Amino acid sequence: MKFLLQRIAFYLFTAWAALTINFFIPRMIPGDPVTSLINKFQGQMSTEAINSLYVLFGLDKDASLWGQYVDYWGQVFRGDLGLSFTFFPTPVADILGQSLPWTIALVGITTFASFMIGTSLGVLAGWRRGSWLDGLLPVTTFLSSIPYFWLGLLAITLLAGPGSIFPSSGGYEPGLVPSWNGEFIGSAIQHSLLPAVTILISSVSGWILSMRNMMVTVASEDYITVAHAKGLPERRVMVSYAARNALLPNVSGFALSLGFIVGGTLLVEIVFSYPGIGYNLFQAVGAKDYPLMQGIFLVITLSVLVANLMADIAYLLLDPRTRKEG
Amino acid sequence: MKEPVLEIKDFCVDYGLGDQGVQAVRDVTLTLHRGEVLGLAGESGSGKSTLAYGVTRLLPPPGVISGGSVVYHPPNGDSYDVMALNDAELRAFRWAETSIVFQGAMNSLNPVHKVSTQMLDVIRAHEPGLTPQARTARAQEMLKLVGISADRMDAYPHQLSGGMRQRVMIGMALVLEPQIVIMDEPTTALDVVMQRQILAQLVELRERLGFSVLFITHDLSLLVEFSDRIAIMYGGRIVEEARSADLYKDSLHPYSEGLLKSFPALRGPRRELAGIPGSPPDLRGMPSGCSFHPRCPHAFDRCSAEIPVLGVPSARNDPDRSVACWLPGRVPVG
Amino acid sequence: MSAPASTITAVTPEGPEVAAAPAKRRRLRFVANPKAATGLIVLAFFCVIAVIGPWIAPYDPSARSSDLIQPPSGKHWFGTTHLGQDIFSQVLVGTRGVMFVGLLAGIVATALSVLIGVSAGFLGGAADESLSALSNVFLVIPALPLIIIVASTIPSAGDLMVALVIGLTSWAWGARVLRAQTLSLRRRDYVEAARATGETTWRIITAEIMPNLTAIIASGFVGTVIFAVMSEITLAFIGISTISEWNWGTILFWAQSQQALAQGAWWWFVPAGLAIAILGTALSLINFGIDEFVSPRLRSSGHTRMRTKDGHTVRMRVGFTPVLGSKEQPATPVVRRTKEDAA
Repeated sequence: MKFLLQRIAFYLFTAWAALTINFFIPRMIPGDPVTSLINKFQGQMSTEAINSLYVLFGLDKDASLWGQYVDYWGQVFRGDLGLSFTFFPTPVADILGQSLPWTIALVGITTFASFMIGTSLGVLAGWRRGSWLDGLLPVTTFLSSIPYFWLGLLAITLLAGPGSIFPSSGGYEPGLVPSWNGEFIGSAIQHSLLPAVTILISSVSGWILSMRNMMVTVASEDYITVAHAKGLPERRVMVSYAARNALLPNVSGFALSLGFIVGGTLLVEIVFSYPGIGYNLFQAVGAKDYPLMQGIFLVITLSVLVANLMADIAYLLLDPRTRKEG
Repeated sequence: MKEPVLEIKDFCVDYGLGDQGVQAVRDVTLTLHRGEVLGLAGESGSGKSTLAYGVTRLLPPPGVISGGSVVYHPPNGDSYDVMALNDAELRAFRWAETSIVFQGAMNSLNPVHKVSTQMLDVIRAHEPGLTPQARTARAQEMLKLVGISADRMDAYPHQLSGGMRQRVMIGMALVLEPQIVIMDEPTTALDVVMQRQILAQLVELRERLGFSVLFITHDLSLLVEFSDRIAIMYGGRIVEEARSADLYKDSLHPYSEGLLKSFPALRGPRRELAGIPGSPPDLRGMPSGCSFHPRCPHAFDRCSAEIPVLGVPSARNDPDRSVACWLPGRVPVG
Repeated sequence: MSAPASTITAVTPEGPEVAAAPAKRRRLRFVANPKAATGLIVLAFFCVIAVIGPWIAPYDPSARSSDLIQPPSGKHWFGTTHLGQDIFSQVLVGTRGVMFVGLLAGIVATALSVLIGVSAGFLGGAADESLSALSNVFLVIPALPLIIIVASTIPSAGDLMVALVIGLTSWAWGARVLRAQTLSLRRRDYVEAARATGETTWRIITAEIMPNLTAIIASGFVGTVIFAVMSEITLAFIGISTISEWNWGTILFWAQSQQALAQGAWWWFVPAGLAIAILGTALSLINFGIDEFVSPRLRSSGHTRMRTKDGHTVRMRVGFTPVLGSKEQPATPVVRRTKEDAA
C-alpha cells in the first residue's frame, strides 16, 4: 500500500506542476496574443467569459501574481477553462468533453494492444534467438523510425482510395448521429481501423525490442537454469519463469514512455481528421486558440497521469516484492 | 558392494566451436556410486562446475559437449547415456533422476512466484497423475524434512532468509526422490554455522532417502568432513581421486597437497598453513604437459613435455586411488 | 513519439565489463559493430548534405515555376509542388534545419541530463530527492503537447528557438538513466577508495565516474536527437514553426495543406518521409550498437547456430547443451549392465 500511496502523492505533485506550468507559460510570453483575440470577439462575449480569460492568461494586471494564481486554481477546479475561439462561443471544457472519449478509445486501446502484441512477440524473439523473428527486427526498427503521421498519410494513399472499405477521414459516417446503436458503433469501428493500424505498426517495434532484450537478460538468471533443471515443459519455463520476470521492467517502461507515445499518436488523429483531442490541438494551433491549447495540454497530462497510475497498479499486482504485508 | 549410479567417461566440454573454442573439461572419467557422497574440489576455473552442468546438459551457450558419455543406471530398468537423450527424454530425466542445488540460493528461486508454486510445478510436470491434494501433501512433507514449517509454503522468496531459501532449494531437489543430487557450492553464500547445520541435515536425509551426492566446492575442509570420496580437479582434468581419509592423510598429487595446506586442520596436530603460489591456468593458454607444472614445487623435465595419465599409483597398490602425476611412485603401474 | 526503447535496457548496470577493456580497443570494437557502423555512415551522409545541401540544390527551393504538380522526371527528380517548386531542392536545403535542430537540442538536453542526473546520483539525500522528482515530473508530462504549447506561444519560432524548447523539455529520460548508473558507480570500490584518499568531489566525478558513463551519455544523446528530429518535423507539419525556413516537416505541411493526397501527388510527401525514416533508423542503429557494446549478451542471432569441423550445424540454446557428434552414436541406450558385472 505504501508504494501506491507514494505514487499517488507523486502524481498529485506532477498534476500540480503541470497546472503551474500552464499558469506561467502565457504570463511569460512577450506581447499579448490573447488580448487581440479578445478584442476581435469583443461584442459577442459576456463579461463573465472575458473575466475568465483574464484570469487564465494573467491579463488583469491589477491583481498580484499570487492573487492571480489563487484565482486560476479556483477556476480550474470549477472546470472553467475559458471559451474556445475556434468554436466560439463554446466553452473549452465542452469541446474536450466531446473529443476525449474518441481519443481514449482510439489511442488508449491501440497503445495497450500494441504493448501486448509487442511484448508477446518480444518474448518469442528473445526466447528463440536466431529464429525468423530476429530477422524481423530491422524491419520493425525502420517502421518505428517513421513518424506516425507520415505512415498515416501513406496508409490513406494506399488503402483508402475511393471504393475502399477504409474511410480516409472522420470518426463515423457523416450522416449518423452519435448514439449507442449498432449502426453507429459499426461505423465508428470501421473509421478507426486505419488509424489504429497506423499507431500499432509504428509503436509495436519498441515493445518487441525492449521485451526481447529483457528476455535475453533474464534467460541467463539462475532461476531459469533451475527451471530447466527441473525438467519443466519449455512453455512453462518461457512464460512463467522468463517472461513473467522480463515483463516487470517493461511495465515500468510502459508507464514512463506513455508521455512520449501519446504525443505521437495524437498526430495520427490530425492526418485522419479523427474527432479527438489531437485533431482539436491541430485546429487550435491553426487558429491560435490559446484557451483550447491550454485545456488540451491539461487534459492530456491528466490522462497520462491516470494511465501511469494504472500501470503502477499493474506492476504492484505483478511484482510481489512491492507488495509489503500489512 | 559398490554399485555405480552415474558413470562419466572421457567427458569433454568446450566453450565455443572451432578456432574460438576453449576446452574447459578434458577427458574426465568419474564414477558416482549408489548412496555415496563424492566430493569434487578445485580452485575457481578448474572446470568443476562446468563438469556438473555438462553432465546434466545445462551449460549455457556457447558451451558444447564435445565428447564422452554419461551413463545413468536407474535402480531398476535399462541403463542409458544421458548425452544421447532427446529433449523430451532429457526433460523427464531431469529432477526425477538427477536434481541440482545451485550456487547462490538467492537467485535460484523465481522471485515472482510463491515457494509452493515452484515446488508444485515440478511435481506436476513429472507426475501429472497426482491429485492437487497429494501434490501439496508431498511438498509440505518434504519442506518439513528440511525444517521449513508448512505456513512458509505461501511465502515469496524475498520473504525468506538466505538459509531458509537454501533449505527450500534442498527440499525442492529431493521432492521427487531422485537417485542423484548434484550440489554446486550449495552453502558458499551462507555463514559457517548455517553451512554446517544444513550439511549435517543433508547427510542425515541421505541416510534416510538413500540418494547419491556429487558435492562440488572449493572448500576442501568441508569435503574431508562430509564426503566419502574426493576427486580433485585442476585445469579441466581430474588429477587425483581417493577416499576422503586417504586424501587427507596421504595426498599424492602436489596440487592436492597444496590445497590441503591452505586451510587449518580441524583435528589432529597443528600444521603450517601455506597457499599455492601462482594462479590457476588460463583456459586459452594451457601449459604443455601437466597443466600444474608451472606452479608445482616438484616439477621436472617430463612434466612440461607429457600429460600424465590418471591411474592407480604404483607406490600404493590400492584400486580405490588414482592420481595423474609423473613423480616417482605415482606413475600408474604397467 | 517513438518510445526510446533501447535506453530502457541501459539501466542494467554492466559497467565493470566495459571498464575492464582498454579504452582504445573498445572504441575500435564499437565502430566494428555492423549496426553502429551502418548508422554512423548514414548519419555522416546526412551531415554532409546538411552542410553542402544549399549549394548542390539544383533550384531555389522557394522559386516558383510553371511546372505545377509534376511527377518525378529528369528535370525535377522528386517532382514539383502546386507552385512549381522543386521538391528535390527542398529536401536538400531542408536537411540543414533538421540536423541543426536535432543536434543542438540533443546537446542541450544531454548537458542538462548529465548535470541533473549525475549530481542527483552522486550527491544523494535531499538534493537527489528533489532532482529526481523534477526529472520524473518532466518525464511523465507528455513532452510533445508541452513543446507545441510553448512553441506556439513564442511569436515566430525559428530553428534556434525550436531547438532550445525541445532541448529544455526532453532531458528527463537521460537524467533518470544517468542517475541510476551514477548511484551504482558511486558504491563501487574504486570510487570509495578515491574518496578515502581525499580526492575532491569534482575530480572523482570527472575522473572516476564520467568515463564509465560515456556509453549511456552517448545513447541518451542519440535518443534525444531522434526525439528532437521527430518533434521538430511535427511542429513544422502542424504549422507552428515558421514556414519560411525549409525543413522536411515544412514540405509535409504544404503537402498536407494542399491536399497532395487527394491529387495523387505521392512524390510530394514520400521523399521527405523516407528521409526522416532513414535518419531515424540510422540513429536507432547507432543506439543498438551502443547497447550491444555495453551488454554483449544482446548481440543477436549469428552465433546461435555454429558449424562444427565435420560440417554439422549445432544450435546453441539455453537449457539444452548440444552434444557434438551425437548423430553418429546410436540413439538407443548403452547395453544393460547386470548386477553381476557391477559387483
